[in-house]
Amino acid sequence: MAFNSKDTAAFKGVWVFCEQRDGVILGTGYQLLSEGRKLADDLGVELCGVLLGSGVNEQFAKALGGYGADKVYVCDHPLLKDYTTDAYTKVLCDLVEEYKPEIFLIGATNIGRDLGPRVAARLHTGLTADCTHLDIDVEKYKAFLKTTSTIDVDNTAFEDTRNLKMTRPAFGGHLMATIVCPDYRPQMSTVRPGVMQTAPYNEETAAKTQLVKVDVQLTSDDIHVDLIEIKKSAKKLVDLIGADVVVSVGRGISKDPKRGIEIAEELANVLGGVVGASRAVVDAGLISQDHQVGQTGKTVHPKIYVALGISGAIQHLAGMQDSEVIISVNKNASAPIFDASTYGIVGDLFKVGPMLTEAIAKYKASKA
Amino acid sequence: MKIIVCVKQVPDTSGVVAVKEDGTMDRAAMATISNPDDMNALEAALQLKDADKDVKVVVVSMGPPPTESMLRECLAMGADEAYLISAREFGGADTWATSSTLTAAINKIGVDKDDIVMCGRQAIDGDTAQVGPQIAEKLGLPQVTYVTAIDYSNGRLTVRRALEDGYMTIGVQTPCVLTCIKELNEPRYMSVSGIMGCYAKPYTVWDFNALSDDPAITVEQVGLKGSPTQVYKSFSPPVKGKGTMMEGADKAACDQLVSILGEKHII
Ligand SMILES: Cc1cc2nc3c(=O)[nH]c(=O)nc-3n(C[C@H](O)[C@H](O)[C@H](O)COP(=O)(O)OP(=O)(O)OC[C@H]3O[C@@H](n4cnc5c(N)ncnc54)[C@H](O)[C@@H]3O)c2cc1C
Repeated sequence: MAFNSKDTAAFKGVWVFCEQRDGVILGTGYQLLSEGRKLADDLGVELCGVLLGSGVNEQFAKALGGYGADKVYVCDHPLLKDYTTDAYTKVLCDLVEEYKPEIFLIGATNIGRDLGPRVAARLHTGLTADCTHLDIDVEKYKAFLKTTSTIDVDNTAFEDTRNLKMTRPAFGGHLMATIVCPDYRPQMSTVRPGVMQTAPYNEETAAKTQLVKVDVQLTSDDIHVDLIEIKKSAKKLVDLIGADVVVSVGRGISKDPKRGIEIAEELANVLGGVVGASRAVVDAGLISQDHQVGQTGKTVHPKIYVALGISGAIQHLAGMQDSEVIISVNKNASAPIFDASTYGIVGDLFKVGPMLTEAIAKYKASKA
Repeated sequence: MKIIVCVKQVPDTSGVVAVKEDGTMDRAAMATISNPDDMNALEAALQLKDADKDVKVVVVSMGPPPTESMLRECLAMGADEAYLISAREFGGADTWATSSTLTAAINKIGVDKDDIVMCGRQAIDGDTAQVGPQIAEKLGLPQVTYVTAIDYSNGRLTVRRALEDGYMTIGVQTPCVLTCIKELNEPRYMSVSGIMGCYAKPYTVWDFNALSDDPAITVEQVGLKGSPTQVYKSFSPPVKGKGTMMEGADKAACDQLVSILGEKHII
């Protein structure tokens, strides 16, 4: 029978695309499996990981069960070694048409955001981009809204549905929208890396993972581009997403950027953290793009976020406002960053920064 | 050779943003701009035209009638022709329905063997980055997204595609679809002669009927009705109360902050 994305009753199960690069599975795959597990439990269905590559390491595939996958579809083929839109789209669409999952989650990486829309267009279904929150259960969704919205939840009607409720920022974070895809399957979503938390690895469930080896139908005629090379940047990238402490610099360092970044590094060092930046600093070429926090950079939720000379534009806030504690130093008392901060100091970062570093070092020494 | 560039007029989300009481965006109250990534796509097309005067650059936009102002600006920057796709039926479209409509328009304009379709990676109002790849799928053409460099010779493109930790170099034959990001180039300004001439260049408006010969353009398949995704709820994030502001910005203030952080076991 021909595949029909409108036959919603025929679809069952939650799938997660587990992206690998160079044979290593990206962190977003584990994050999405951990989140997908909760959705699958709410629905009472299976959670499956989907792994594409060449010479796929079975141990890696099995390990996906440690984060919640009941089953992993392994698509192993020489033409799947590195990502190409054509090959990955074909293999995923073939798989969806055969096994019909009701939900399909993909990490919103530069590759996921190339692949997701192409797959959704071919299957004729909806895709919600860059989601930051997912729910099945309406009560859980209401509880989420109570802490994250201005909606009077108890006096608002909610359509009771088991559809996936996919929440994402819109208009640069000025507005949040929850999207559903009621009449087409699978319900597809790309999810921002770093937003979902990875569950602790469970060896017992990993041992029970069922591996399904997929008979991949692919020839070089299916691929219409030549991948000439993949180049990694030589420099080690900063791990903003995994950091407990992020000290970010903004345009406020412009007077003496070198010293400004040094001040941030020193503060980050005493706190055991890493240095981030606003887009203004990245655009000015003062620091590399991997440091950028915000809507078009990374989403972080460290224990401590320090903003030095950052005004607090909504696009910046979108990437850091869920940090546990936010400390801001800005010489302008009315800078919007203070409205999002737990603690604020109105002052010159070139003076306050080093003083803070010293005070923390002194405090830590006294406790040691 | 022809380059079709898809452009969108968007509310300026970096400026004042007006939210209506029902939690939706008050577009009418906001300033509009040409979507930044789309201007990088247009610039890339114009650079290919600078190198070869036989290249024709065609801009296409779906949007309400005031979108004309943006399309005229594109013509003033150097594009040769503009199409506005505008009809009530197309309103409320998600990326699936938008890409179907734009694909129908692009097919009507015609994609020949040596042509290229270019889009911005994403629009700043929705930030989805989905329309470009979905147009590519519906046109049945190869795509390269996140393009940061383009090298063209004789129908073959060598493009660089940004990854989070580096880049890919990809070879692709025309016709194809590229989506462009700001690292690609610096969009030019309109020239004085361009502004003078932009009203004399071909400008066409296509409504629903103009595209309805295409089997993908029916009332059920475009606009809100043709959109698989729907808004379940939209809401504004709560404004967080101001936190504790330290007195002064001296050593004493820093010591006080550190002792609070210590007491609360934050450090
Ligand atoms: C589509 C789009 C996406 C975007 N994505 C992002 C994103 O991902 N991340 C991001 O950060 N931005 C993003 N932006 C840009 C954002 O709108 C702001 O322009 C940017 O965040 C401003 O950076 P800033 O705070 O460093 O600079 P500014 O806004 O210029 O602020 C500098 C601040 O430093 C203070 N200052 C100056 N000197 C000192 C000093 N000596 N000591 C202390 N304080 C000082 C000033 O009072 C000011 O508040 C995006 C914009 C758009 C349109």
